[in-house]
Amino acid sequence: MSTITSTIQSGVSRELRNHVSVGQTVRNSFSMAYRGLLKVRRTPEQLIDVTLQPIIFTVMFTFIFGGAIAGDVASYLPLLIPGILVQTVITTSVVTGVQLREDMDKGVFDRFKSLPIARIAPLAGALLADTVRYTIATTITFVVGFILGYRPEGGIGMVVLAGLLVIVCSWALSWIFAFFGVIARSASSVQGISFLVLFPLTFLSNAFVPSDTMPGWLQAFVNVNPVSHLVSAVRDLANLGTIGGDFWLALLGAAVVVAIFAPLTVRAYMRKA
Amino acid sequence: MATSSDWAVEATGLVKIFGDNRAVDGVDLRVRTGSVYGVLGPNGAGKTTVIRMLATLLRPDAGHATVFGHDVQHEAQIVRQLIGVTGQYASVDETLSATENLVLFSRLNGLGRAESRVKANELLEEFGLTAAAKRPLKNFSGGMRRRLDLAASLISQPPLIFLDEPTTGLDPRTRSQMWDTIRRLVSTGSTVLLTTQYLDEADQLADRIAVIDTGRVVAEGTADELKASVGKSSLQLRLLDPADRDDAVRAIRSVLGVDVTLSPEAARITAPMQDPDRITDLLVALREQNISLTELAVQKPTLDEVFLTLTGHGVENDSETRPDASETPRGRVNA
Ligand SMILES: Nc1ncnc2c1ncn2[C@@H]1O[C@H](COP(=O)(O)OP(=O)(O)O)[C@@H](O)[C@H]1O
Ligand SMILES: [Mg+2]
Repeated sequence: MSTITSTIQSGVSRELRNHVSVGQTVRNSFSMAYRGLLKVRRTPEQLIDVTLQPIIFTVMFTFIFGGAIAGDVASYLPLLIPGILVQTVITTSVVTGVQLREDMDKGVFDRFKSLPIARIAPLAGALLADTVRYTIATTITFVVGFILGYRPEGGIGMVVLAGLLVIVCSWALSWIFAFFGVIARSASSVQGISFLVLFPLTFLSNAFVPSDTMPGWLQAFVNVNPVSHLVSAVRDLANLGTIGGDFWLALLGAAVVVAIFAPLTVRAYMRKA
Repeated sequence: MATSSDWAVEATGLVKIFGDNRAVDGVDLRVRTGSVYGVLGPNGAGKTTVIRMLATLLRPDAGHATVFGHDVQHEAQIVRQLIGVTGQYASVDETLSATENLVLFSRLNGLGRAESRVKANELLEEFGLTAAAKRPLKNFSGGMRRRLDLAASLISQPPLIFLDEPTTGLDPRTRSQMWDTIRRLVSTGSTVLLTTQYLDEADQLADRIAVIDTGRVVAEGTADELKASVGKSSLQLRLLDPADRDDAVRAIRSVLGVDVTLSPEAARITAPMQDPDRITDLLVALREQNISLTELAVQKPTLDEVFLTLTGHGVENDSETRPDASETPRGRVNA
């Protein structure tokens, strides 16, 4: 019965395979995602950014910009909440890269690498587990908005769909930050590069201010920025209950990001792993 | 011609270069299936790098290695099914509890949910960690961490286990527990490749030893062969009255038949010790001449001397990694 005293099957009599099946890859990735969730449970302070940030940003932006942009706070909420939502959740996805880097520097990664598991599983698992963080941030933003007086006209179903869209797109963007996480030397440099990408993406968009108030050259960028399409899509869904062209453009943008960055990240990761 | 089942590890000409540092510079190793093989060397000798290459964690820059006949580069995934690796720095997840770690690694090893729980509990029991199973690893002692690490390496019951400095930094009691565990592992048919900085440890555990220095194997053989190449143990005497020195030296010459070395302060005499049985005769002779001793010690060859003999230079900054005095290979008796 005892593990250590039962005889060990010899090295040559075992049945061995040199490749990993798709099924095993998926199972391994879910095991790694499960690890990600256990870690969150052990260190709940990791959730501060996805809980406090939506609260602070929503309240702050509502009262700073609310009066100036829409005349009064209540009429600013339908414009603001989708913007805040997208901005917060995307900011959250930066952490994916930072945590990946920290993780890869730890001794436990040596064990992952020495196990007969899919090479990609630690990476896929990390990204998978992070969708839970996006879900928390999404939920809190909507709830805070509701408390401040936001009443989305689209109805609960469309709000949920909007939330899912944001989660999917953030997951797609997190591949960019995962890429930085894999190639960077240290966790802090990941943070640095990531914010350099993140700020133009989120602030040079229509997230907080309608783009028609901006100078022409800026509008040009804002209008092709996939984040703008995502924000517009969320506004359409939550406020009007409609699925417009922006919805599909946002998904297309997400698909393009994944198509570019997933292979890049995986290749860089495999070279290191 | 040996078949692949005879050799758990066969490596030829392994090289790893970091920048312009040839960390491993042409290492050959052959580990017979079912044996314990010790890789002995000081800090920075390249032990960890060798293990990492054999365990598929690092790609060799040159050379070739197989594990049970499977190439570590081209059949890496097969090799990973045959090995367990306990790294020098704990390769377990610090943020999880002991149980969570073992369940996770069991799942990754392909065990089902329920099986993984059973396996985790079994291993916790086996390694005396049940009481601490739910606590986060932050509060674990070095010894507990090592045990958990080893437990995690045994989940798949691998026929080959790599142990990188399994006892460095452990207190004497935990160290001897670890030795017992390693011996039990071997009795189940596992092959063990371990690295160590202590000749004593290699001597206790390993069937064969490779001494490695600056990335090269400088000697290989059984512990006895190695020690024979370095010389015998020596006997050290400290006299109560330094004036007795000449009489004492004469007594040693006549009883043991060897020449002695005198320490500068003249009170300490060192003599090569070929036959421990004759020590009694010497002590009787000294008593008869009324020569009193303050100290009598047997000094086994130390790693330092092994290196001095084999490489012509000693072990650098040995003291910082060396465990406390009770573990130095020195049996000390006060006379
Ligand atoms: N990842 C690395 N990058 C650069 N140098 C390294 C790396 N790993 C080890 N080294 C160097 O290689 C040499 C051998 O190291 P190592 O194999 O860890 O020795 P040991 O385990 O015997 O103490 C040392 O000089 C060390 O500084
Ligand atoms: Mg080492």
